[in-house]
Amino acid sequence: MRIEQFLIDKAASHPQKVALVTARKRLRYEELDDLSNRLASALAKNGVKRDDRVLVFMDNCWEAAVSIFAVMKAGATFSPINASTKADKLAFILADCEAAAILTQAKLMPVVAEAIAGKAPIFVASTAGPNGQSPVGAVSFADCLANEPDRIDHHGIDVDLAMLIYTSGSTGRPKGVMMSHRNCDAASDSITTYLGNTPDDVILNVLPLAFDYGLYQLLMAVRMGATLVLEKSFAFPQAIFDRIREEGVTGLPLVPTMAAMILQMRDLQPGFLPSLRYITNTAAALPIAHIERMRSLFPGVQLYSMYGLTECKRCTYLPPEELDRRPGSVGIAIPNTEAFVVDENGNRAAPDVAGELVIRGPHVMQGYWRNEAATQHMLRPGPNAWEKVLHTGDLFKTDKDGFLYFVGRKDDIIKTRGEKVAPKEVEAVLHAHRGIVEAVVVGLPDAVLGQAISALVVLSDPALSEKDIIRHCAKHLEDFMVPKSIEFRSELPKTETGKISRRLAAESVEIVQ
Amino acid sequence: MAETVKDKVRNFIVENFLFGDTSYQLADDASLIENDIIDSTAVLELVAFIEDNFGITMSDADIVPANLDSLARISSFIETRAGSVAA
Repeated sequence: MRIEQFLIDKAASHPQKVALVTARKRLRYEELDDLSNRLASALAKNGVKRDDRVLVFMDNCWEAAVSIFAVMKAGATFSPINASTKADKLAFILADCEAAAILTQAKLMPVVAEAIAGKAPIFVASTAGPNGQSPVGAVSFADCLANEPDRIDHHGIDVDLAMLIYTSGSTGRPKGVMMSHRNCDAASDSITTYLGNTPDDVILNVLPLAFDYGLYQLLMAVRMGATLVLEKSFAFPQAIFDRIREEGVTGLPLVPTMAAMILQMRDLQPGFLPSLRYITNTAAALPIAHIERMRSLFPGVQLYSMYGLTECKRCTYLPPEELDRRPGSVGIAIPNTEAFVVDENGNRAAPDVAGELVIRGPHVMQGYWRNEAATQHMLRPGPNAWEKVLHTGDLFKTDKDGFLYFVGRKDDIIKTRGEKVAPKEVEAVLHAHRGIVEAVVVGLPDAVLGQAISALVVLSDPALSEKDIIRHCAKHLEDFMVPKSIEFRSELPKTETGKISRRLAAESVEIVQ
Repeated sequence: MAETVKDKVRNFIVENFLFGDTSYQLADDASLIENDIIDSTAVLELVAFIEDNFGITMSDADIVPANLDSLARISSFIETRAGSVAA
């Protein structure tokens, strides 16, 4: 099934049901359907065709939800872009996927303008700014919604690409993960099955829609005919708790940083959010101590420890009833998929022996957009001649009952605030600074962030301060990629062959701290 | 002229969240969240700054947008609370 069909079906069967709640707007299913039809018409009129790529460069606003469905209704592929992405990277993505259009917000137009300057013109639609006007260079989003809500006869089928999600690659160059409608259908079916979602669920999402964990909250809510409460930030947990009480929220997806913030609060009483039915955690494991404290703070709430990667959306979940027995486990393969550990020869590893986690199922990506080498590295021949399976690059082991435990990563990707960061991407920005001779980036353990990004640099310009360098990074990197600390060195730790060693660098910082 | 509460808060925000970028035009009533100046971890830093510098203990209920989501709101919160402590 194609993903936009979720919305079309629910708008037909439950037109009056509330689909989306944001700070500024409540949209019923019939309204979300109608608005996305209108925007799809505008896209089609402006040349967007089946299989074209359209960037949705917005924060968590109602226009983003409308845009995502509109792009699919136009037969095209959406690519959600984190709102803190800077012009260099946006330009890279635009060129890489040869986007036909960008849907954005007024506050992000300066970034868009810089990214598209000097390139072939493309269709840009933007929401209005504080003055009520759309920015120069963009068509008004409101005008797009004034189109007739005609359905576009795009002839698309469910093996077409629904989305292209860019992830930080270990080479430092972002890679577009290709997900077909069928992939997304399979993943959302599997996840809503084990979470036991129903149309009565009210899911509160503060995770960016550009992050697949956040995006799927929208897709799954619409699939179920449930309600999504969309918020921009968890910066003020108390305000989010108020929203949970006001809207009778039943499902709360978290990353470990959010759990750490909740656990830092001083005045919470157990059972303070009585409407909650379940909490999910993924992106990185919750420390066992945090799991215990979360359980006492949320009695009767099912807590799901999960694990996944963008390349297949989700791999495993721990059934909540297993949490007492195996608190450190991320569980078993999600329904209708397989997850197993292999040794270096590709054979299944025995219990308690660490090896690479391999995933098999209808949710596994189609590959990386125009990047055959990276695709072949991740998608390799499986147990059957007709298929490819996903090699996750993550080391796992199983217990004697087959439950999975995360051991570590095979590469040097940093996980901070639940997001993956390739050290090379940050190093490339540091090396672009004239005052920096060389730099190496490492992840250091951090109670709230999971890992905090730290850079060791050698300067040619001794006047540079830590703030100067962080400011330079903040101009070129998404917020979560910006180093939290900079250390100045006269030389970087190197291996015997003279190569900069990330491992030695990390050890040298940890010892100092 | 003595540094006002608002000056202190502005300096803290510029130094820590704008990384010393004094060219940024930070309006007194601009939302720090909407303008992507602070995120979740920045709020924790902001709370620590207020507690450490103004002798205020913040409860969970104080850490809300109404008190902290603009330069003007933060300054006003500090002045009200610090005033009541002094009195």
